[in-house]
Amino acid sequence: MDSFLKIILISLCIAIFQPVFAQDDMAMVRGGTYIPLYGVDSTAVTIDDFSMDVYPVTNADYLEFVQEFPQWQKSKVKPLFADGSYLNAWESDLSYPNRFSADAPVTNVSWFAAKKYCECQGKRLPTIDEWEFAAMADEKTADARKKESYNQKILDWYEAPKTFNNEIGSTFKNYWGIYDLHGLVWEWTMDFNSVLISGESRKDVDKDSNLFCGSAAVGASDLMNYAAFMRYAFRGSMKANYSVKNLGFRCAKDIPKI
Amino acid sequence: MLFTAALVLFLSSCKDNNENKEIASVDIPATVEMKATLTSPPHVPPPTGKRKAKKLIVDMEILEKEGEMTNGVKYMYWTFGGTVPGSFIRTKVGDEVEFHLKNHPDNKLPHNIDLHAVTGPGGGAESSFVAPGHEKVFSFKVLNPGLFVYHCATAPVGMHIANGMYGLILVEPEAGLPDVDKEYYVMQGDFYTKGNYGDRGLQPFDMQKAIDEDADYIVFNGKVGALTGDNAITANVGETVRLYVGNGGPNLVSSFHVIGEIFDRVHIEGGNSINENVQTTLIPAGGAAIVEFKVEVPGTFILVDHSIFRAFNKGALGMLKVQGDENKNIYSGELRDDIYLPEGGGIQSMPSIAEGLESEIPAKSMAEMLEFGKQTYMQTCFACHQGEGQGVPNAFPPLAKSDYLNADPERAIGIVLHGKTGEITVNGEKYNSVMTAQTLSDDEIANVLTYVYNSWGNSKKEVTPAMVKSVRAEK
Repeated sequence: MDSFLKIILISLCIAIFQPVFAQDDMAMVRGGTYIPLYGVDSTAVTIDDFSMDVYPVTNADYLEFVQEFPQWQKSKVKPLFADGSYLNAWESDLSYPNRFSADAPVTNVSWFAAKKYCECQGKRLPTIDEWEFAAMADEKTADARKKESYNQKILDWYEAPKTFNNEIGSTFKNYWGIYDLHGLVWEWTMDFNSVLISGESRKDVDKDSNLFCGSAAVGASDLMNYAAFMRYAFRGSMKANYSVKNLGFRCAKDIPKI
Repeated sequence: MLFTAALVLFLSSCKDNNENKEIASVDIPATVEMKATLTSPPHVPPPTGKRKAKKLIVDMEILEKEGEMTNGVKYMYWTFGGTVPGSFIRTKVGDEVEFHLKNHPDNKLPHNIDLHAVTGPGGGAESSFVAPGHEKVFSFKVLNPGLFVYHCATAPVGMHIANGMYGLILVEPEAGLPDVDKEYYVMQGDFYTKGNYGDRGLQPFDMQKAIDEDADYIVFNGKVGALTGDNAITANVGETVRLYVGNGGPNLVSSFHVIGEIFDRVHIEGGNSINENVQTTLIPAGGAAIVEFKVEVPGTFILVDHSIFRAFNKGALGMLKVQGDENKNIYSGELRDDIYLPEGGGIQSMPSIAEGLESEIPAKSMAEMLEFGKQTYMQTCFACHQGEGQGVPNAFPPLAKSDYLNADPERAIGIVLHGKTGEITVNGEKYNSVMTAQTLSDDEIANVLTYVYNSWGNSKKEVTPAMVKSVRAEK
């Protein structure tokens, strides 16, 4: 996004919005170079330092957001920006159901809504590469992808039902000081549909994509890939207006270079 | 594509001498709309009979849900239609299937469906990749008759299949299949769990075991016991039974066999070729077969994967119960029981475990002892001593109201530990049989004996692990 547009967007938010509606806790992730799931040695990705929300955005956070920005309320949101499942369980524009914990991650929000939420805080959604980079840490190490315990924990969550209503902070604090990257909900990323599958076109999936029968079997040789495959598969099934029960988000921010 | 071309070629080349195939499957009109009947295993929808090809609406919902693999063992299944295998789809050549694939909003993962009956890229997988809370619609025309597997093909493909995402779609020929009396749906699958066979609790999927093809459970219709006892499939003497048998895999090939029956006809690999008088038919992972046989005598016929340890140690066992009059000309039953003693005659035994196995979760209360004990009973003792401890007359002594059992708990512990051979008298009846030593931990033996002593009119004794331990030490 060019910076001119960014300034306009931020100022638009600030113009109508003063109070801070979300927890400010962010943790710094020191950048580095790593090879993502879909890559080979030559496609190593370099990440700059960035900061990331310590917790996913909660129901309470999101309620404040829709109070400030009525255009993102359930009944007022533009269908182009959020499908029929947007805030699906909410009883009205300004109340989520009692059975939802205030501190549980907000879900059933579209990518457009998540993106706007972050922009209105002067933040942005993390990129896939940033998210995956931060999420390959376990409690002790920055890159735990080769550890069996780390992978088993993730796979276990993928099989555990109805974790979306667990409270933030209920899983582990990772090497960077960030909670809940694994174990609560899936999370939106800025460029969620840029890898393997394009959200628009189904035409390019047959030979390049790793998501279907033949090719999935070739590359996926170890446990680490299987866990990550499920995330990429999930992202690939999304479109930007989809609002899904097990999908939330958190924001990230650049760290100004000195 | 190639296939279609080949089919068209084949059809046009034999046009002259085969009047029934005047129009290619592709050109069969399907105008009238009909909602497909889907059924859960072991049932199949009614035959298509003489009906014309139609536009068939198939509605299928994907559910990720917890189920029971065997007594006391839970598993998170991923299912087409809420069952493993998924709902049976019955179509006819020329049908135009409009497939609605719905992914329940509570589900965690995206899924899709690859139907082997589809001619087209990915077998439908590409067009059906569906996010949780969404529905995808695609349509296809069924061109080739046969019995086909469908399965999920979302990455990681093996895991989706290993968790139960497979089923069968039947494409009947234009004239339908010949009438039979009973039809059933049986599908084998292998499962890989963190714990070993029988380990209690919710067992997660184990990717490493799956890659090593080291299955903990190999079962018919998704769980141990899906086709045994009260769940057995049934028929009457004189009826012809047709089984639609599939194998979802993900890894293992099935040597499908029905003990005590010979398949009169097998549609090899679910295709057109028919073999007759077959004992065991091979069903590849991701493949199927149709087997037909007439049942001539009453009794219980056991369905197995004849890679036989799978049947008796991993669950690949089902039952067909046939009722009706006996026919002594075909099967006499036991005529005589004579003594035959070559040398030795030692007791059969399983590999012994000197220390005894450690039970993972010790029972904390009497209620838990009974619960765990019942689970062990159903896994280990049930086959001979039967569900109500009634035993089998002349073969296996009863445990219900058993004077022999109640007289001496230490003797009972010893029998479970070391086995028993030779004549005993129970409730006035003589038995001369063999029980093998059981490979159970002290806790498991305590639980199962406590369960037995507290069931079916027995003396309500409690057997503790310490008692088992001391009997084990005496040896």
